[in-house]
Amino acid sequence: MSTTVYVPGDAAALSVGSEAVAVAIASEASSRRAEVSIVRNGSRGMFWLEPLVEVETPQGRVAYGPVTPESAKSLFDAGFLSGKPHALCLGATEEIPFLKQQERLTFARCGITDPLSLSDYISHGGYRGLERALKLAPEAIVEEVVKSGLRGRGGAGFPTGIKWRTVLAANADKKYIVCNADEGDSGTYADRMITEGDPFLLIEGMTIAAFAVGATSGFIYVRSEYPHAFRTLRRAIAIAYSKGYLGANVAGSGKTFDLEVRLGAGAYICGEETSLLESLEGRRGQIRFKPPLPAISGLFGKPTVVNNVISLCTVPIILDKGAEFYANFGMGKSRGTLTIQLAGNVKHGGLVEKAFGITLREAIYDFGGGTASGRPLRAVQAGGPLGAYFPESMLDTPLDYEAFAARKGMLGHGGIVVFDDTVDLARQARFAMEFCSVESCGKCTPCRIGSTRGVEVIDKIISNEDRSKNLELLDDLCELMLDGSLCALGGLIPYPVQSAIRHFPEDFDKPAPAPIPVTVRAKEVQPWH
Amino acid sequence: MNPKPWDAERALARIQKLENLPGGLLPILHALQEEFGYIHDAAVPLIANALNISEADVTGVIGFYHDFRRTPPGRHVLNMCRAEACQSMGCDRVIRHVESRLGARLGQTTGDGNFFLSAVYCLGNCALSPAVMLDGKLYGRVSSEVADFLIDSAQRQA
Repeated sequence: MSTTVYVPGDAAALSVGSEAVAVAIASEASSRRAEVSIVRNGSRGMFWLEPLVEVETPQGRVAYGPVTPESAKSLFDAGFLSGKPHALCLGATEEIPFLKQQERLTFARCGITDPLSLSDYISHGGYRGLERALKLAPEAIVEEVVKSGLRGRGGAGFPTGIKWRTVLAANADKKYIVCNADEGDSGTYADRMITEGDPFLLIEGMTIAAFAVGATSGFIYVRSEYPHAFRTLRRAIAIAYSKGYLGANVAGSGKTFDLEVRLGAGAYICGEETSLLESLEGRRGQIRFKPPLPAISGLFGKPTVVNNVISLCTVPIILDKGAEFYANFGMGKSRGTLTIQLAGNVKHGGLVEKAFGITLREAIYDFGGGTASGRPLRAVQAGGPLGAYFPESMLDTPLDYEAFAARKGMLGHGGIVVFDDTVDLARQARFAMEFCSVESCGKCTPCRIGSTRGVEVIDKIISNEDRSKNLELLDDLCELMLDGSLCALGGLIPYPVQSAIRHFPEDFDKPAPAPIPVTVRAKEVQPWH
Repeated sequence: MNPKPWDAERALARIQKLENLPGGLLPILHALQEEFGYIHDAAVPLIANALNISEADVTGVIGFYHDFRRTPPGRHVLNMCRAEACQSMGCDRVIRHVESRLGARLGQTTGDGNFFLSAVYCLGNCALSPAVMLDGKLYGRVSSEVADFLIDSAQRQA
């Protein structure tokens, strides 16, 4: 009998050698004439254990990791094909505390199935959400999503169902569903993981969205930094078409939904929904004035739902299990689960899906195991490059949109970047402004010019030039950017800057250091000779 | 990475395949860059003509996006992440090491034309920082030693 061995094909697992591990296991198996079928699953999200190899045994799946190609021989010698002990054996996968203590709703299948097997998807509960949606009137689907309390997981936290309601009510000959897969925030990778690990989930979520609002066409906008996710989605879409889950007669319903995946081109700003629409239309990714909202006049001027990957991937379970089931998770106005992404200087980096409400401390220590370097934790940045830096003393903040907003922070897409005590917050503040100057779309003055002036002022502060005057000036500039910028890039970049000054004033009060190496992202290359 | 030398006919064929796509400019630019490694100046009027837009529009779009290049890159493209998660794990040290080893800064091509070094802001591998992407392949936990190994392996193929 053939034994099933799972070796993740996720980009992060590949980045630490899972391809070579799969090859080594296959060749070891063939030289021993062992019957092994290797499945390239998604990642379980325990990245410090990648490449994490699992073996299907009568007692369930047994995990080994991190596996190297060199360890393949000893794994076979130890009898890993029947789940026998080995130095790398982690026991039953589901019993690993990091995984066991999670509440995986959106990520229920990720890492378990073969991402490109539609039959795997269906046998693990896939397309049950669509099945129920097809029995409901569009209004009823929308109300289900409203009642679930689902809020946009891209960062803004706007209620998904309300957005849908607007698009449903709009009268138009054509409507669109656009998936924002331009996950540019440092510290986040949930979108990448789910699109690579369970792509049919996103297709199902978008199909339900389309039927809810009366759209017939959809686009997934994937950032070019994710070529692996792009290829996976392209293949999944082709499979869905060939099996009748996309196209003119979705799942025999008589309804049409066409879906296409498009590649971004390295502009962070295209994660902003109106820039993304401009980019999809083939233009510079400059943001649009609002109103009109994309829900009224979006892609090609038509009513458009623009939702984040995780929001859309959560829709199927809401439809399948009901709004109440989903809303029973979470706290306050943050209902359901948050896909926390532990990143940076953290020992156990990975994806933690958990009901809203656990604290930063629980996430970082109970799941993350503290810093990777073993040095004391000094700062945490949640919510990506536009999120605030929190000191250790604020780690008891619950992961909840409102709790973060009350502390002048942002939960955003759920990424948490941990820094140890070697971090210099003045440099981080400078980087925030520098990043904004590199990525600004240039449409509004506060962001376009303010970010460059911000870098200059912080440089003066660091080099101890009129420090107190320049700190005042920087604060004034931040307030102006907060109030005057058109979108969240210029409007939120003051968060990391001001929080760094507020919580780590000592870093802005040091003797002037040696000059900082300036690294700019030059567009033009130097011609070679 | 196997870009072909510029060929107007070939470019036109790639453009014509995509010109009827709604919002087809980005897919066209990606296709041309995939084919030739960069967007040749002579491609601009071809695209403008096919999409019935001005050359200024095409140039503006090429200039806006960090990905698009108007000159040939090195034989290998090394994108190094310098966003926050990678910073927390010391990416700046690795970047300085690579820059001094190759004698080129981020945004530059090495004198021998072997490597184009480029900064990126997040590769979505933030639990395995520092991350780099070499010729479209992602790598995690990239210390200076790992970076050396990657550069050596690429040089052997060059």
